[in-house]
Amino acid sequence: MSTKPFLNIDHVDKIFPLGKGKEYVALRDVKLEIRENEIVSIIGHSGCGKSTILNLIAGLDTITKGVILLEDREINAPGPERAVVFQNHSLLPWLSVYQNIEMAVKKVRSDLNPKEVRDHVIRYIDLVNLDHAKDKYPAEISGGMKQRVGIARALSIEPKVLLMDEPFGALDSLTRANLQDHLMRIQMQTGNTVIIITHDVDEAVLLSDRVIMMTNGPEATIGEILEVNLPHPRERLTLQHNEEYLQCRGAIVEFLYSKFAKHDE
Amino acid sequence: MPYKTINAIALPTLLFGVLIAVWSTVAIKIPGFPTPMETWNELLIVLSNPLYDNGAGDQGIALQLMSSLKRVFGGFALAIAVGVPVGLLIGMSKAAQTAFNPYIQILKPVSPLAWLPLALFVFKDVDMTAIFVIFITSIWPIIINTALGVRSVSEDYLNVAKVLQLTPFEKVFQIILPVAVPFIFTGMRLSLGIAWLVIVAAEMLTGGLGIGFWIWDEYNNLNYSHIIIGIILIGVVGYILDTIMGFIADHFDYRKRGRV
Repeated sequence: MSTKPFLNIDHVDKIFPLGKGKEYVALRDVKLEIRENEIVSIIGHSGCGKSTILNLIAGLDTITKGVILLEDREINAPGPERAVVFQNHSLLPWLSVYQNIEMAVKKVRSDLNPKEVRDHVIRYIDLVNLDHAKDKYPAEISGGMKQRVGIARALSIEPKVLLMDEPFGALDSLTRANLQDHLMRIQMQTGNTVIIITHDVDEAVLLSDRVIMMTNGPEATIGEILEVNLPHPRERLTLQHNEEYLQCRGAIVEFLYSKFAKHDE
Repeated sequence: MPYKTINAIALPTLLFGVLIAVWSTVAIKIPGFPTPMETWNELLIVLSNPLYDNGAGDQGIALQLMSSLKRVFGGFALAIAVGVPVGLLIGMSKAAQTAFNPYIQILKPVSPLAWLPLALFVFKDVDMTAIFVIFITSIWPIIINTALGVRSVSEDYLNVAKVLQLTPFEKVFQIILPVAVPFIFTGMRLSLGIAWLVIVAAEMLTGGLGIGFWIWDEYNNLNYSHIIIGIILIGVVGYILDTIMGFIADHFDYRKRGRV
């Protein structure tokens, strides 16, 4: 078995030009190796460039220096092998739940015949338990359901990596917990490699195999990496008194509010 | 009957009475000005035989209106055929916007009548001239609103297109047009309104046939009640056109299908 990393972020800098010769160094020397089937969270204060890292992996933004390799192939444009779940779901409001997923499947899986497309779409709608809402339009369903459709759409194109940009940030805490459980169950079933951007300490510990903690910008980089040695499937109820869980949680809180506290907001 | 319904009938009726009173006063003050009653009787005569055809401009009111509408739809169709693609281009390309913008800003405020002599010289044909003048004055709202619609496509939808690697063609038809269509229809609705305004003025100058020509012809015949009838019919037809256009626009607007 190869020891090469699945996804390799190799000494990456991201610099945004500000005009008039000025520039903003968002990321400096970010180095991270992610294994296949791993769930990784990237956590940090706002402005730490965590969404920038995600955009670079997604190919929605260009790398200034360094390289990102997915299975040894350089990333320099967006592609369906790296599906993105956006914070605000980004469903197309003129298409039904079914049609939103179908559109992605039709584009990426041009090898499927119409019946296979249908079965494929239905399979992913079932995966997020939305069979009853498949003919509804995005405006007719709740925020949590929309985000589940977003996840189903992303997974339906069978990506190698699932990128999630604060996927549950806009939801209330009960809905968020529900969706976190959905996500854990789905990942157990599909074995996807998942990268989640979050600013929620509990979410990071609950979901991840490793938590990547970012220093504050400008020139943000990876401060610490925390291994969460808890077996899957995880139960949020039993975890709240678990020693390992509490230690991980404490380490992140320590990092965010002591070592790299942010006072200006 | 609910209070609202009574109001909806009573208030316009009341105002109608006031208008008739003002009109009657004017008719008494200005000798020869048709009274409301005379106009009403003339309207019945005009509408009783709308399809007669004595050739050479002496035709029934329906034929006059049809002839105007034909020109309007000719120019309007041309304005859509050119305006929508140009608007899409300007909305999607910064370079195209920079190139087109000064000309749009300069040509947009030009009065349709200023184009008329030039068009007559070039085409030497009344129909072609009217169609061109309508085209050149009604194309601007279509271009501007189409470009606005394209620019209002949210970055998120475009990111979806990028991740799925949609071709430019797929991006236009699956992402941009659904967002832009309601804007395009707003532009078309404004355009059709302008076209209907322009046709009356254009026909007064070019003559031949059409509701504008008819009004001017009746002026020369000292038949003033027909002028008032012409004004009312132009208003009614304009209102109907706008209502139909609004109905079609709503039908193609995903936001108006009870989903927001």
